[in-house]
Amino acid sequence: MAAKKYVCKVCGYVHEGNDAPGVCPLCKAGASEFEAVKAPKKGLDTNSDIYAILYSVVVVVIVAFLLAGVSSALKPKQDANVELDKKKQILASLNERNLPDAAATYDALIVADPIVDAQGNTVAENGGFKVANDAVSESNLPLYIAKLADGSKKYIIPMTGNGLWGGIWGYLALNDDCNTIYGVYFSHASETPGLGAEIASDKFQSRFPGREVYRDGNVALTIVKKVTDETVEVNAISGATITCNGVNDMLQRKLAPYKAYLSANAPVVEPVAVEPAAIVEPATAEAEAQEKVEE
Amino acid sequence: MGLFSKKNKEALNTPLFKENPVTIQVLGICSALAVTSKLEPAIVMGLSVTIIVAMANVIISLIRNTIPNRIRIIIQLVVVAALVTLVSEVLKAFAYDVSVQLSVYIGLIITNCILMGRLEAFAMQNKPWPSFLDGIGNGVGYAMILVIVAFFRELFGSGTLLNYPLFEKLGLYELGYLNNGLMLMTPAAFILIACIVWYQRAKDKSLQE
Repeated sequence: MAAKKYVCKVCGYVHEGNDAPGVCPLCKAGASEFEAVKAPKKGLDTNSDIYAILYSVVVVVIVAFLLAGVSSALKPKQDANVELDKKKQILASLNERNLPDAAATYDALIVADPIVDAQGNTVAENGGFKVANDAVSESNLPLYIAKLADGSKKYIIPMTGNGLWGGIWGYLALNDDCNTIYGVYFSHASETPGLGAEIASDKFQSRFPGREVYRDGNVALTIVKKVTDETVEVNAISGATITCNGVNDMLQRKLAPYKAYLSANAPVVEPVAVEPAAIVEPATAEAEAQEKVEE
Repeated sequence: MGLFSKKNKEALNTPLFKENPVTIQVLGICSALAVTSKLEPAIVMGLSVTIIVAMANVIISLIRNTIPNRIRIIIQLVVVAALVTLVSEVLKAFAYDVSVQLSVYIGLIITNCILMGRLEAFAMQNKPWPSFLDGIGNGVGYAMILVIVAFFRELFGSGTLLNYPLFEKLGLYELGYLNNGLMLMTPAAFILIACIVWYQRAKDKSLQE
């Protein structure tokens, strides 16, 4: 082995030799100020290439196994959470929020989750819930049908789109006239708190109910700076233009393919008669309730 | 060496004020801008960073003598990334609502320079216990600044505190008060942090350069 090393405790000078020098050449400190540097352990030269490569391999393998293990161990629990969260979001569009037992409420309210296509045909009676977001296409459109406690029927359309920083998504519930909004729910992955993130707030979502979605065969529902048409326009959030544009774009793209299915299922509306009394149609419970209010 | 010897106390105390990670070491500024427009995410971010800095400091300190000098930054990064991923996985399984709220911030922690800064400057040279204290101290020092900035931004920007509509309840809007939109933008965070730096240096002359 090479000569020993001695380091001066005063100035840090390193001397190589078998014995400590009598006096430090730099600071003139005596031999007593010198301390032997411990020789590195054999085979553990932490500066060698092989050590560095082996070390990194070992660290990466340990970390990989750790993460893979944890991930697969927690997967079932996480999936259950994701599923429950999806149910909560669907229910939120029906204005059913902060539920103690969302799964039970979901089972009670959502009567079917058919898959439809852009031509208006029903592809499958059930199974829409299982359709992954990236599997949604013109021929594979999931839809949820809810029956509320008062007997009224609602259609819930899932939507996904892009905000400013990341994904945005939501659910839009329509009344059984297949055009008027009953409720909406929006959420986002990473919009700016206080600005774009406000699309997830009740304040923004409460602007939608009562608005109409389709007009003249197109999606007319838009988010605008200044509302001029109360029936289809919704006030935007100031300072969140790009996020609101994203919501707009999402509404346009995701609601349009459902048009055919919904108009096929919409109740036939009689042309409005001159005298309102002429309408004998029993209509739905909700319409009745509305009439009562009007009376 | 006692658990709370003078040196250990220093490791815990100095980052709170004299060596605050944000205002003095100028670490973690970007996240201080990004998550402070509301108080709630700021508190959560501060907490998560504190926990993760402390844990990463301990781990790095435990293996500090075996880490090859040339690849130490990568090793630190791997440890931090693994920790952050672990925390986020566990949250997803056991506290889903919290993890949804934190989605972005958890990822941001990896890129937070306080972590790398403290690992490199402290944990690589010190024993696990002082490193743990250093991590807690720096995390809390960071959280403190975040909370102060977020407090003012949410109060004057949205008129709320932790989403409680304080100004509305006080009736300030009827007196003609308008929310300050600038407070919600990033520049407001710069201005507020600058004010804190100003106050700190005016109070403690030794910090002035």
